[in-house]
Amino acid sequence: MSAVSVENISKKYDKVTALQKISFEADAGEIFGIIGPDGAGKTTLFRILTTLLLADEGSASVDGKDVVKDYKEIRREIGYMPGRFSLYQDLTVEENLEFFATIFNTTIEENYHLIEDIYKQIEPFKKRRAGKLSGGMKQKLALCCALIHKPTVLFLDEPTTGVDPVSRKEFWDMLKKLKEQNISILVSTPYMDEASLCDRIAFIQNGRFLKIDTPSGIISQFGEKLWAVEGNDMYKLLLDLRNNGHVKSSFTFGDNIHITVDDSLTIEELKKYLTDTGHTNIEVHPIVPTIEDCFMQITENKENERNSN
Amino acid sequence: MNEIVIKTNNLTKKFGNFTAVDNITFEVDKGEIFGFLGANGAGKTTAMRMLCGLSHPTSGSGEVAGFDISKDQEKIKANIGYMSQKFSLYDDLTVGENMRLFGGIYGMKKSDIKTKTDRILNELGFSAEKNTLVRELPLGWKQKLAFSVSIFHSPKIVFLDEPTGGVDPITRRQFWEMIYEAVNDDITVFVTTHYMDEAEYCDRVSIMVDGRIEALDTPKELKRQTNSQNMDEVFQKFARTATRSAD
Repeated sequence: MSAVSVENISKKYDKVTALQKISFEADAGEIFGIIGPDGAGKTTLFRILTTLLLADEGSASVDGKDVVKDYKEIRREIGYMPGRFSLYQDLTVEENLEFFATIFNTTIEENYHLIEDIYKQIEPFKKRRAGKLSGGMKQKLALCCALIHKPTVLFLDEPTTGVDPVSRKEFWDMLKKLKEQNISILVSTPYMDEASLCDRIAFIQNGRFLKIDTPSGIISQFGEKLWAVEGNDMYKLLLDLRNNGHVKSSFTFGDNIHITVDDSLTIEELKKYLTDTGHTNIEVHPIVPTIEDCFMQITENKENERNSN
Repeated sequence: MNEIVIKTNNLTKKFGNFTAVDNITFEVDKGEIFGFLGANGAGKTTAMRMLCGLSHPTSGSGEVAGFDISKDQEKIKANIGYMSQKFSLYDDLTVGENMRLFGGIYGMKKSDIKTKTDRILNELGFSAEKNTLVRELPLGWKQKLAFSVSIFHSPKIVFLDEPTGGVDPITRRQFWEMIYEAVNDDITVFVTTHYMDEAEYCDRVSIMVDGRIEALDTPKELKRQTNSQNMDEVFQKFARTATRSAD
């Protein structure tokens, strides 16, 4: 059975369309990632699936249960970590965990094995009020509270936003371990580098799913020549690359620039063009696209389609 | 010789017996893009608040735009720009009203505010949105506008606190192009980010660990020193040495 099944869900707030005919299935036991920028509709989708918001159109089920008819059952079975910290600030770490265990009719002891690795890291502060914890510790406590009743499906809405790269890696290591415990995970993120850690991903922008596939599947469909270009003056390099008629797109990627080019252009020709425009220490080589390259290619094509309509 | 626009000497901030910023000493040159990196809880925000004249140092000293950070806090505020991901513009004012408000706060002449507002909105392609409430703009637009507003009064230095968090990848890159343009206009940029590809766009980068600056150099040199492929690896190597449990 699918962990999450969504059919043609749409949602509007006044004039703003938050979601437009979204459909997808997330399989039991997989980590399904919803990747897109702020304002794309990720939180609206999570709120509908966690039975906190009604869709205008379409239907959805979680673990085989309908989000409208069976909302009470769904609420008992799922774990939800909202983007905004939503624990009780004036209860201690321990009290929050105790509270969530109690309202789900269980005890901390019963499912301690699920949270042990994570809880051990915050246990030294168990007498501290949740409101006084640092960002990283709040996030770990929120995850423990969402897990304490052994949910079938775990919903994580932007768990790593604003979190530094080290803590982000640790968080994803925790998710991998939860997957081994057979918990299905639906997770959203604006960080493209996290996409490759999911089993399957959906790109979302302006309330629409642009693509659903495995990360490697998306990369294999890139279908254009992609080169990395390096040089001494990166900003000038970017501007000069854009002025070359054979260069279709050019974006900075850390210390180099990724460009897509016409089939007719060769690396030698591009090097000559750049040398002629005054660049030195030029390096150009073909590369395999990253998920971020794919996201930009797909969103740019959508943007162009919209502008030409 | 390069003009120095930020200079600190053993700058320290303690809260009770917790040392948030621990004897940091560094300099930033005029026209530089300076990346100020560190894990959550490493002390970046506290340090930045002292540099912006919002918090008094416990000990040590510093100068920003030529003014003493302990004595001339108001002069510092008048000479810098500031933008953060969390707060940047007033949602319930229009685009034009936000510009008038910030221009006015920084003591610009009415006529200058008007000319500059029109010029900037034109450059951004937002002219049609002058009377739109900021709350109705997409996040990416808001962040670009917020950056323009933070340098509206032509400050010597602009402080950017995670300016691109949550922004889509294309807009994030357009935002950095605006930073390059500001640098061409002789503005110094002091920026924090959690995107390590953006660390590569900086002229120099510092990495804070447990309140101290543990590394400071060009991205290229930091990668060479730590034998790393990219800035993400560099960051992981330094940040993992943290011992304090603030985060």
